[in-house]
Amino acid sequence: MADPMRIRAQLQGDKATVRVLMAHEMETGQRRDSAGKVIPAWFIQEVTATLNGRPVLNAQWGPAVAKNPFLQFNVRGAKAGDKVVVSWKDNKGDTRTDEATVA
Amino acid sequence: MTTRREMLATGSKVAALLAAAGIVPATAHADWNKTAFDAKTMAEAARAFGGATPAESKDVTVNGPDIAENGAVVPIGGATTIPNARRLLLLVEKNPNVLAAAFDITDAVDPSFNTRVKMGQSSDVFAVAITADNKVFFAKKEIKVTLGGCGG
Amino acid sequence: MSHPIPALLLAAALAAGSVHAQTPAPAAAGAAKTDPLAEYRRLLEEGNPAELFEARGERLWTQKRGPRSASLERCDLGQGPGVVKGAFVTLPRWFEDAGKVMDLEARLVWCMEKLQGFDGAEIAKQPFDRGEMANVVALATWVAAMSRGMRFDLPQKHPQEKLMYEVGKRAFFFRGGTHDFSCASCHGVAGQRIRMQDLPLLTTNPGDGVGFAAWPAYRVSAGQMWGMQWRLNDCFRQQRFPYPGFASDVTVALSTYMGVNAKGAMSIAPAVKR
Repeated sequence: MADPMRIRAQLQGDKATVRVLMAHEMETGQRRDSAGKVIPAWFIQEVTATLNGRPVLNAQWGPAVAKNPFLQFNVRGAKAGDKVVVSWKDNKGDTRTDEATVA
Repeated sequence: MTTRREMLATGSKVAALLAAAGIVPATAHADWNKTAFDAKTMAEAARAFGGATPAESKDVTVNGPDIAENGAVVPIGGATTIPNARRLLLLVEKNPNVLAAAFDITDAVDPSFNTRVKMGQSSDVFAVAITADNKVFFAKKEIKVTLGGCGG
Repeated sequence: MSHPIPALLLAAALAAGSVHAQTPAPAAAGAAKTDPLAEYRRLLEEGNPAELFEARGERLWTQKRGPRSASLERCDLGQGPGVVKGAFVTLPRWFEDAGKVMDLEARLVWCMEKLQGFDGAEIAKQPFDRGEMANVVALATWVAAMSRGMRFDLPQKHPQEKLMYEVGKRAFFFRGGTHDFSCASCHGVAGQRIRMQDLPLLTTNPGDGVGFAAWPAYRVSAGQMWGMQWRLNDCFRQQRFPYPGFASDVTVALSTYMGVNAKGAMSIAPAVKR
């Protein structure tokens, strides 16, 4: 299982700015190793997020997203103490879910 | 006689074996828009999401640095003020496949997203908004890359 | 009777000086004030992937691991067992129990050996981003982060600490390898750069968050977390020097030299680099 994400959810008025760092290789599938073999594509395909259990974000990613990806979005109608849960799923079916509290 | 239960068990065992052998479908998630992520142009990517011909618009913004020190990690973002926009795409024109990311626009979030992309070379980057009635609007910005970042 | 050797040395010095030093012209120095890469670097700092390694290091510190199934919480990084905050800015330093001057990564491996039962020699053989060595880097990232914003103040009381400083200074100026490079070739003159990279002067304090004060750092170009050992290893590679042993005396000596020179500089580690 991949390392946990780093999630920060900062309240600004009634919105929470959510910043996420994910640990993932995001391999494009276009690189070759020293033996000349193609390194298989391995990348996050789907990112979702919820606020207190309600879906707020849904994104599809391709391998062009950078390694150890960064994501920032603003959730509306947030208040301090709300729970933000972020999940990702990659092309191999691996998943990761982590949460943070709006501060 | 093989019972239904045995067949199902065998099926999942076979799937597990295939998975262990690395032979799994390339897209684990059924909704992942492979056509869009294989697209070679912005118009193609938009079409793959049901959009019509793209038109430049001041109601879409794309942001990022003018110069990226390394193409492996380039911060870019997109936003739109178009009221019925339902999707925001981020694209890199000169990448082998132009589409980098596609975000759903809902009432729950600001129609503004930031991430980091790999850029193989200096290129225009696009933010594309697709509306509920399939209209497509975009903004573009040139980002110079001092050293390309697709690895190898 | 003329002695040929000094003339050769002089010629070599002049040749080396002109080949790889690029002192910016006065006009360019003015343009550098509005750094075109400032925006790019600022955006990266908003979400430094080093945080992922920092978080892992923090977990590894308290986790019971190794043949002895013990944590690192009793590890003495120079400020007393288990004291992490402030340790980074006083390393390298003398350690009585080890009988030598150690840098952060050498000391972490020492603790992994003595407390957890790992084989230090085996760890030292691994590439920086694999296996237990990758854990050492993660731990170093976290330990450095715990001193973020503090100023370097390496001890120079013990005779071995002073000796390592002097050895480091000699090593810094030592020219060798196929190209006759030394650390000083790049870092011994102010205002140099290689392509887009400014080369800090390391014979003195180059300023807050610069040089020694900027590592460990996450390098976006390779998506790798580099501690000072990896940084020095790559410097050796660039100089066409032989591969330095992990935590070898020369690497610890060079760190001592740079760290003492950086006295008073603020550490920004873990930083983010191109």
